[in-house]
Amino acid sequence: MKTYTNTGNIDTRSGFGAGLEILGDSNPNVVALCADLTGSLKMNAFKDKHPDRFFQVGIAEANMMGIAAGLTIGGKIPFTGTFANFSTGRVYDQIRQSIAYSGKNVKICASHAGLTLGEDGATHQILEDLGLMKMLPGMTVINTCDFNQTKAATIAIADHDGPVYLRFGRPKVANFTPKDQSFEIGKAVKLQEGTDVTIVATGHLVWEALEAAKTLHEQGIAAEVINIHTIKPLDDKAILSSVKQTGCIVTAEEHNYLGGLGESVSRVLAQHHPTPQEFVATQDTFGESGTPAQLMEKYGLNAKAIVEKSKKVLKRK
Amino acid sequence: MISSLITAHKNVFVAQLLVYFCTKRYKMTTSSNLQEFVTQVRRDILRQVHKVNSGHPGGSLGCTEFFSVLFKEVLRAKDHFDMDGKDEDLFFLSNGHISPVYYSVLSRCGYFPVEELKTFRHINSRLQGHPTTHEGLPGVRTASGSLGQGLSVALGSALSKKLNGDKHLVYSLHGDGELQEGQNWEAIMFAAANKIDNIIATVDYNGQQIDGSTDDVLPMGDLKAKFEAFGWDVIEEENGNDIDAVRNVLAEAKSKTGQSKPVVILLKTIMGNGVDFMMHTHAWHGKAPNDEQLEIGLKQNPETLGDY
Ligand SMILES: Cc1ncc(C[n+]2csc(CCOP(=O)(O)OP(=O)(O)O)c2C)c(N)n1
Ligand SMILES: [Mg+2]
Repeated sequence: MKTYTNTGNIDTRSGFGAGLEILGDSNPNVVALCADLTGSLKMNAFKDKHPDRFFQVGIAEANMMGIAAGLTIGGKIPFTGTFANFSTGRVYDQIRQSIAYSGKNVKICASHAGLTLGEDGATHQILEDLGLMKMLPGMTVINTCDFNQTKAATIAIADHDGPVYLRFGRPKVANFTPKDQSFEIGKAVKLQEGTDVTIVATGHLVWEALEAAKTLHEQGIAAEVINIHTIKPLDDKAILSSVKQTGCIVTAEEHNYLGGLGESVSRVLAQHHPTPQEFVATQDTFGESGTPAQLMEKYGLNAKAIVEKSKKVLKRK
Repeated sequence: MISSLITAHKNVFVAQLLVYFCTKRYKMTTSSNLQEFVTQVRRDILRQVHKVNSGHPGGSLGCTEFFSVLFKEVLRAKDHFDMDGKDEDLFFLSNGHISPVYYSVLSRCGYFPVEELKTFRHINSRLQGHPTTHEGLPGVRTASGSLGQGLSVALGSALSKKLNGDKHLVYSLHGDGELQEGQNWEAIMFAAANKIDNIIATVDYNGQQIDGSTDDVLPMGDLKAKFEAFGWDVIEEENGNDIDAVRNVLAEAKSKTGQSKPVVILLKTIMGNGVDFMMHTHAWHGKAPNDEQLEIGLKQNPETLGDY
């Protein structure tokens, strides 16, 4: 088994802030917009260094999406920043018509996704955003797993021509992927090789999947762990080649099981290689207030849950 | 026979009167004991957010007098909470992040046990970070937290009252930063167009939001002129942290209802009011005090009605 070292807990949103700061220096076309959450989105460094390219729109997310769409006309590359709920559900039609359908090169950057924003509770904890965004034609959907990967993804999406939804979070989590990695949109990353079960995880669940694989290994089960940072376009090939070896799969995401990564994987399997699958995801529920760890435990979104689902799916082979 | 019927009726009437005056929510209060109530609510706010190290004390403290006067003296609410709220005044909190003041006042007006404030923002609690109907908390009729949606809901309930021939009023509270959300202005336009004159909306005009002062983030210009241009009756109150001033402005607003125009109070408040180091800054919009800061805050607001 490969070992992964946590170089220190840090929030993925800080990875976004760091990536945006670098882009600000390297790409004069990059502009940023925020809706009264500059600190929460870690956009202060960009704002301070490039005040002329930073737009504070106030608490007006719909307006922000429209302005971002307009900024692309003339060659700007807008990065919008607010919480995941206010980046998606709040402004769905603005994104649909002015960004996706109009083919605009806007990068929708969303923090505080999922349950792990914690105490603010369900009004802020969107568990439906991956579904909303992946259904939009032409939208690229990315959910990064740690600081380093979020930073790399932020930089990479500036070079991608087309709308992108980049999802990250609030809690301080393990930082374990390479420091100055290159980020390839749509390319899954195999973290562990194994022949018994495939675990495909995204976002905060990737580290949990690695922890689960360790536990499974101790029990004589060899789990293959794949980090799917891009939900759309999905790396069908990586998934299919893995399940052809293992014969079963667990998907893990901080999202509703309806509409998320798991369903995208099911589609690939149903079309090309029917395979038993189990879902580590929320079960069609809203979230609630609590600490991130309490919530991940209550809603079954941690290493323990991945181990259980892996054993369950193994029996279905 | 007839006289005994009348006596029976009288007894029922007297009993109803008794219920009317004995329910906590109808109890009229004098300025001095309302001041005690306000002080206790401030303690509750500080203690709630401190315990869970999260939540929004700034706006909550600024709106303490408003909530206290509204719930203790103004709202004509039935003794038992039900969702439909027929034949009673209703209140909607649009800026849901100031849940600490809402929860404290609701509990101290008998909607649920004061002890429950201990569970604020904890897992498996009815006192969610932002108010919700999802856990069935008495007093709450809509979820809020995602800003800018409350006025539309309040207007809908005001229309429902009109359809039901219910003469009671709908009150709502909104942040000033929150007014940057466009949906408010859709609602503001709709209200005047439909002559919804059974609503009293209040704006917590504290001049602060998350990233700074509202003037730094997105200056909103002359709010009074804006509301008036949209066809609302506007009342300005400079002293939103003065109990008598709040009392008077709510009475004035009430006197303006029923005249074919929606009514809005622009209530100037001080964010963080009553805790000196939290006042006049956006810094305490959404930050909890540490142990030491809590001590100082509590010292400035000595216990009056008993801590939970
Ligand atoms: C739609 C939406 N966007 C952003 C936020 C994040 N947010 C919570 S409170 C707040 C500032 C609100 O300002 P104001 O209404 O003036 O309230 P105050 O800070 O005075 O309490 C923001 C931006 C939110 N809750 N909802
Ligand atoms: Mg304000």
